[in-house]
Amino acid sequence: MREDLELYRYRPWDERLPIRWPGGARLAFWVAPNIEFYELDPPVNPSRRAWPRPIPDVQGYATRDYGNRVGMERMMAVLDKYGVRGSVSLSAAVCDHHPEIIELGVERGWEFFSHGIYNTRYAYGMDEAQERAMVEDSMAAILKHTGEPCAGYLAPALTHTERTLDLFAEAGGIYTCDLFHDDQPTPVRVRSGRRFVSVPYSLELNDTIAYVVNRVEPRRYGEMIKQAFDRLHREGEAGGTVMCVPLHPYQVAHPHRLRAFEEALAYVTEHEGVWLATGREIAEHYLEHYYDLDLGRAGAQGGGAEAAPGAAT
Amino acid sequence: MTLDANHLEYPHRRRGMDHRRYEFSMLGNRHPVVWPGGAGVALWVNLAVQFFPLDQRGKPFAPPGGMSTPYPDLRHFSLREYGNRVGIVRCLEALDAFGIRPTFAVNAALAERCPGLLDRLIGRGDEILASSWHMDTLHHGELALAEERAVVEKTLATLRERTGQAVAGWVSPARSQSLHTPDLLAAQGVRYMGDWINDELPYAFRTDAGELVALPLSLELDDQFLIGANLHSEWEYAAQIIDACDFLASEAAKTGHGRLLALSVHPWLMGQPHRVAAFESVLEHLAGCGSIWSASASEIVTAWRGQAI
Repeated sequence: MREDLELYRYRPWDERLPIRWPGGARLAFWVAPNIEFYELDPPVNPSRRAWPRPIPDVQGYATRDYGNRVGMERMMAVLDKYGVRGSVSLSAAVCDHHPEIIELGVERGWEFFSHGIYNTRYAYGMDEAQERAMVEDSMAAILKHTGEPCAGYLAPALTHTERTLDLFAEAGGIYTCDLFHDDQPTPVRVRSGRRFVSVPYSLELNDTIAYVVNRVEPRRYGEMIKQAFDRLHREGEAGGTVMCVPLHPYQVAHPHRLRAFEEALAYVTEHEGVWLATGREIAEHYLEHYYDLDLGRAGAQGGGAEAAPGAAT
Repeated sequence: MTLDANHLEYPHRRRGMDHRRYEFSMLGNRHPVVWPGGAGVALWVNLAVQFFPLDQRGKPFAPPGGMSTPYPDLRHFSLREYGNRVGIVRCLEALDAFGIRPTFAVNAALAERCPGLLDRLIGRGDEILASSWHMDTLHHGELALAEERAVVEKTLATLRERTGQAVAGWVSPARSQSLHTPDLLAAQGVRYMGDWINDELPYAFRTDAGELVALPLSLELDDQFLIGANLHSEWEYAAQIIDACDFLASEAAKTGHGRLLALSVHPWLMGQPHRVAAFESVLEHLAGCGSIWSASASEIVTAWRGQAI
């Protein structure tokens, strides 16, 4: 174990980049639906059990299955209504189990990125070849079933090794959602020196964290989204910001919850200066216009090895 | 470190579910169901009539609401009994005031322990469904088949004899099942079960003894989940149930497809004097919204069965 994987350099918020998003927008807004498959009886990872109860954990399994059966179309309808394309964090096995869900996303022009194979298979304990095989398998499935290459990564169940981001970048990925250190994209140092970035995702506004961990009530969840938006929209004047709302159809799309989310989405999308983007679009815009500027600043500070991202190629 | 090779093997990675119990089906693809009278939303109010033994084994986990301090945990034991003495009377008065019919999910041990309570429930004529022997007879994956079969048989035989009803429904303590539970239930003549909370309509569920109907008893709208686990206030509870009702009614109106609102209510929790007014406000809204068909669980299953393909 290491004290710090040294994936990014320190950059305080008042030194953020003077980002302008396409159309002069000051806030890039994206929604990341997690479309997942949880297995009823997965192999038991030595570091983490999939289910708290003995197999079959009907309550846990059925709670997730609800999202694919019931919540999915409701969540999609709300995003459609406000012109928001999903950037799907995908358990790649959904391509095999529920291709009808993939088709619904493809016909909407949604992005799909890798969230592993199943959300009940954890990276803990994988050797390099195993994790590479899992990552490449998930990316190949996305390309095959959606016709678009996979650009982003969110580790399955947020389970990582020291090599996770190195392996994803080497497999051709350009961005990660696994880091929560900033409200702007930043370069991420990977061992190959490839151009690789962090696109801000969010734990705090993640519906599962809000509803399952913090147990907030739905109307407050809507208020949290609006308040986060107000602040990031204001701060985006001095340097463009990113706001992500990660969703799970098995949480947000319940009949007692969806309206509060819809009201928040209506609020966000009625504002000027908001770029409704996908994760890939945010990563590409940043890579094209700001990545080198960000590295250059690090170099100007005498960062030396700190400025390494990209330098080794 | 290396994981065993089976961690990268995916034997069930194919179309559909990773088990044989039911077919995958998205809500929008169902055959439309229309409830009696053209109501948009069928309402199943499930009152949990429970016995939590003081000598709880708590294996493989303590049932939600069960004993949690060292033996004898008189505070939780007696607070649960409060539901069968006081809370249920308040809840029934509230339901009757708004003309909403409950279904009772009964732990069969109460047939012997609390005959006066059973007489009251039977006398009302509302449906009684089985909820195992008591809250500590958990059905789970480590339970021996013979032991589970005996609990199922004893529960159903006791309730059927005592009530004179068919007792065709089942809700497991903690909605927990073993891999065999659905087979055992179907073999004993159960028609429907509430444990699988993956849907908002009834659906067909395969067993070794023929087909069951899964009638999902929502966890997310369960008073014990919202108030007991999430620590939401009773008025936040009421707001969520009312929002759910309005959402489902609106969806039913838009699509022309009937929807199901399944409310699990615990008299030991909702029947507290500081909470019951919030429950009454929910019932008032449900009764007045113009979209509700208040029915027993069996009536909902039967209405759905008559239309399902």
